[in-house]
Amino acid sequence: MMLSLSSSPHLKRQRNTGQVMRLVMYAAIPGLIAQTWFFGFGALVHFAVAAATCIATEALIVELRKRDVERTIKDSSALLTALLLAVSIPPYAPWWLTVIGSVFAIAIVKQLYGGLGNNPFNPAMAAYVMLLISFPVQMTNWAPVASLSQYEESALDSASIVFTGYNVEGYSIEQLRSDVDGHTMATPLDHLKTALTTGETSEEALQAPIYSNGLGQGWFWINMAYLFGGLLLLRLKVINWHIPVGVIVGTFAISGFFHLIDGSVYASPLFHLFSGGLMFGAFFIATDPVSASTTDKGRLLFGAGIGLWIYIIRTWGGYPDAVAFAVLIMNMGVPLIDYYTRPRTYGHRSEHKSAIKRAEDRD
Amino acid sequence: MYNEFKTIIDRIKQGKLWRFRGGVHPDGRKSLSNTHEIADIAIPNRLYLPLKQHIGVEGVVSVAVGDHVLKGQKLTKSSNPFFVPVHAPTSGKIVGIEKHVSAHPSGIPEQTIIIEPDKKDTWAELKPLKNYDAFPKIKVLETICQAGIAGMGGAGFPTHLKASPKKGVEFLIINGVECEPYITADDRLMREHANQIRQGIDILAYLLSPQHIVIAIEDNKPEAVQALTEACSDSADISVCEIPTRYPAGGEKQLIQVLTNREVPHNGLPIDVGVIMQNVGTCFAIADAVLAGIPLIRRVVTITGEAIDRAGNAWVLLGTPISHLMSQAEYHAKRQSQQRMIMGGPMMGYTVASADVPVIKTTNCILVPTDKEMPPMGEEQPCIRCSACADACPAHLLPQQLYWHGKAKEYDKAQEYNLFDCIECGACAFVCPSEIPLVHYYRQAKADIRIQQEEADKAEKARERFEARKARLKREQEEREEKHRKAAEARRQAMDKTDSDAKDKIAAALARVKAKQSGSQEEAPKTANKPNDKVAAAIARAKAKKQAASESEANVSNTQNGGESNQPPSTNDKVAAAIARAKAKKAQRAEQENTSIDTNTSDEPQTSNTASDTQTEKQDRIAQAIARAKAKKAAKQQFERAENKSSSGSSTEGQGAEASMPVIKDEVPQPTDTAPLSESEARKQRVAAAIAKAKAKKAKAKEKQALKQADNLKQEPDSPAVSIENDINQQPSAESAPADPETIKKQKVAAAVARAKARKAAKDAEKLNEQNTKDS
Repeated sequence: MMLSLSSSPHLKRQRNTGQVMRLVMYAAIPGLIAQTWFFGFGALVHFAVAAATCIATEALIVELRKRDVERTIKDSSALLTALLLAVSIPPYAPWWLTVIGSVFAIAIVKQLYGGLGNNPFNPAMAAYVMLLISFPVQMTNWAPVASLSQYEESALDSASIVFTGYNVEGYSIEQLRSDVDGHTMATPLDHLKTALTTGETSEEALQAPIYSNGLGQGWFWINMAYLFGGLLLLRLKVINWHIPVGVIVGTFAISGFFHLIDGSVYASPLFHLFSGGLMFGAFFIATDPVSASTTDKGRLLFGAGIGLWIYIIRTWGGYPDAVAFAVLIMNMGVPLIDYYTRPRTYGHRSEHKSAIKRAEDRD
Repeated sequence: MYNEFKTIIDRIKQGKLWRFRGGVHPDGRKSLSNTHEIADIAIPNRLYLPLKQHIGVEGVVSVAVGDHVLKGQKLTKSSNPFFVPVHAPTSGKIVGIEKHVSAHPSGIPEQTIIIEPDKKDTWAELKPLKNYDAFPKIKVLETICQAGIAGMGGAGFPTHLKASPKKGVEFLIINGVECEPYITADDRLMREHANQIRQGIDILAYLLSPQHIVIAIEDNKPEAVQALTEACSDSADISVCEIPTRYPAGGEKQLIQVLTNREVPHNGLPIDVGVIMQNVGTCFAIADAVLAGIPLIRRVVTITGEAIDRAGNAWVLLGTPISHLMSQAEYHAKRQSQQRMIMGGPMMGYTVASADVPVIKTTNCILVPTDKEMPPMGEEQPCIRCSACADACPAHLLPQQLYWHGKAKEYDKAQEYNLFDCIECGACAFVCPSEIPLVHYYRQAKADIRIQQEEADKAEKARERFEARKARLKREQEEREEKHRKAAEARRQAMDKTDSDAKDKIAAALARVKAKQSGSQEEAPKTANKPNDKVAAAIARAKAKKQAASESEANVSNTQNGGESNQPPSTNDKVAAAIARAKAKKAQRAEQENTSIDTNTSDEPQTSNTASDTQTEKQDRIAQAIARAKAKKAAKQQFERAENKSSSGSSTEGQGAEASMPVIKDEVPQPTDTAPLSESEARKQRVAAAIAKAKAKKAKAKEKQALKQADNLKQEPDSPAVSIENDINQQPSAESAPADPETIKKQKVAAAVARAKARKAAKDAEKLNEQNTKDS
């Protein structure tokens, strides 16, 4: 009688890749709700478009590569990429932008490198950057915060805007983005950047209606929601604390430093931490395991590097926000970081060895 | 940070411990099997005892098929220190010694003694060592070794080796952690036999003299902690430590870290940090062996898993096949989609190839899980570099990198990431969301590296052998050359010695003076001769031939010089030579005048490049030849006289002459061919010398004959031969003046003649020698 043979361990924790990916998506729900609350249903519409495109693209390419399509789709990694891309794209952006981004993310950034686990760059962020560079106008079509908008926006309106460029009542994106005075409403980061170039101090700039208490209206709460989701991920041990802490500390340190030097030009650390996609980036983007560093020390470095780049590009670069750029830049450094931050293997400590030698001498 | 003994003791007394990095918390499932007392089970119908059940070497079977053995009887023997014997677990008959499926992941059949129990369970005579502390430690160690005890926690390292460390022991750690899920064998043993474990600890303490003893038990076994605390309450040197439940806290390195915060150095042993660790089961077995004389023939085995109804612990005789345990524990095969039996725990145990696999010394558990309990591994998915494995690794490795390099067969990289520090605990694969059998990859990589290493070693050895051979050949050649060189040196020294002889020196000086005189006379023609060398040479050859012919015929008496060049080796010869030389000198003086006239007259025409002067030259040559012949004759007479005088010389010389004969034959042409001799005197001298030599040989031969007759047979063959050789070799250096072709020709001719004579002489000597040897 032949018995079945298998390699140890015979026990395993019941959490597979698909579950990990889905946990990350569940944790993003609070942020998604906040985003919908403040900016309408655009993000959800884009998520639907992105999910369909990502899964279709993934299935097609895996089929072309003659791999198991069902198993690949089941790992939910394409779905997660769709979500990350969708929440990054402005809610008023046209649908085809999301389609192009999704195809690029899955086909080029992920599958061309060998699929899950082999992509050096974060697919969603690479796609976002590609779109931002290729379609700068559409990629800055952020909706005004709902409370400041002149128009009520339903889910149908959002869908209509995404697919046709006009809402159900026929208003164009430009009209929707204008305030009562006819000025286009920028995002807080955008506004601050523009205001500083016109000679205003940061304090003055932050008096604009899109801010409340010196923080971007709506954006603060969105960031808080993602922070909450991130803490959930930490609690569930889906991610380690190193990268988010690295990002937050890195951003805080450099923005605090410059704020102390000249508070009238450089916004406060709090403003930076709760603006744009920082929390989302810190907990959901930078922690993408495939393209992030894998050692504890390396993760801290990786996170801190992202924080630094975010601040640098936001302050001196040409783009209002910089999470995607920062992540991609640090993705490039991962092999180097990993190589130089290898942990000391048990029993290999030189200090320890010298201590042992001392003990031997004593004997 | 390396903690000192006192710091550690303080913390242990306070119950404060350290923690090891990584680790996982699998579901323990201990209650499946730890609720019942250790049961006794029926003796099986067959026992299969592999010869080797531990880490080390197997012994030689000391029983034969058909033998009846008693319970506890030793079955194998060896004097290797890494050997521990196996014993008969019960009385019965040996029914086979053959290959049987092994208790190893591979299941590769191993040599196994098969016993058919007679079910009488008759004990062999036991020899306990009750008051062990009255015996020397070596005796106690011997008892432990002969009881066949090897580490019972799983590794199976011979206990007697671990109990005889070379360094001082700070901590003796008794490992009752049992961190693997499902297994409760040590738990039950501690609960039920705490006192005997304590006895075993005392024996170990006697052997190791540790400064402190720590019994470590995971905090999920409060009953065991209680039992041992009670059993050890009388000793201040023993601490019972409850350690947090976390797999693999029972790993040797991890437990040392938890208790002392010391790390066993890479490639080191626990004793390097002052620690010796023994399993509680081993302590129990030691007590059995020393105090009762009972060898290791049974052990506690946890039989558990949801595919059996009567999970629990049992005393199982070593060699009991798993199938027997399954029938005793009511195994339900239908609960498994594929029959699967794990020897060991769920984290580090291995699936056995057959239910006939026997329980061996290191078997602590037989686990038979249902599919639901332990679903077979799903298909491997791509690594997403989540580093959950790195977080779980207690060895601080980067398992995902090891996997990456192992899979790509980049073994050098894998080793760079310290692959061999992996303890194969399985924590990484346990947490891997991609269901990658990481440990399997590491084992494979390790095995491949070991094979590569072996092959590299083999190749290296072959290379070394080849190079050693090359070196040896070269060395031998050098030695030969060195020997030759030394011999030559010795010859030269011998030569120098003889040279230092005052007479020789004078003779040499005289010869030199003469050589110079004649050399200066010949200088002019020499330089003028150059363009006509060939013609002159041809003429000279013709003349030489004629001369040689006449020389051989002519027997005109004339005086000639002998010269200093040839020094016969022996004193007798020397005397003879000296006499010859003296005569030669006298002759030379007379002759010199002739030659000076000869050369003056004969060389003049040659420079003008005509053949007409051959007549006069011929005459000269003839005259010279006559002179030479006379000189020879004179020398001969001289030698004959000398030889008569010296018939009582040493035998060595005679032997030497004999031994050197072939050498002479070979070597004689050499100086004449290669060495340029300028002066006519030199040539003459040489001829005379050759004659002298030949005579000397003859003399020696005769002398030898005389000696042989005198029954003096002790001989040393080497040195005289050397000295003669030396004589010959020495000639060129003594007479190194440049020569013109004509004189060379003449010399050659003369030399050839001399050689012929010498050969003849040698032959005579040989003949004599032969006769001598025949006679003797």
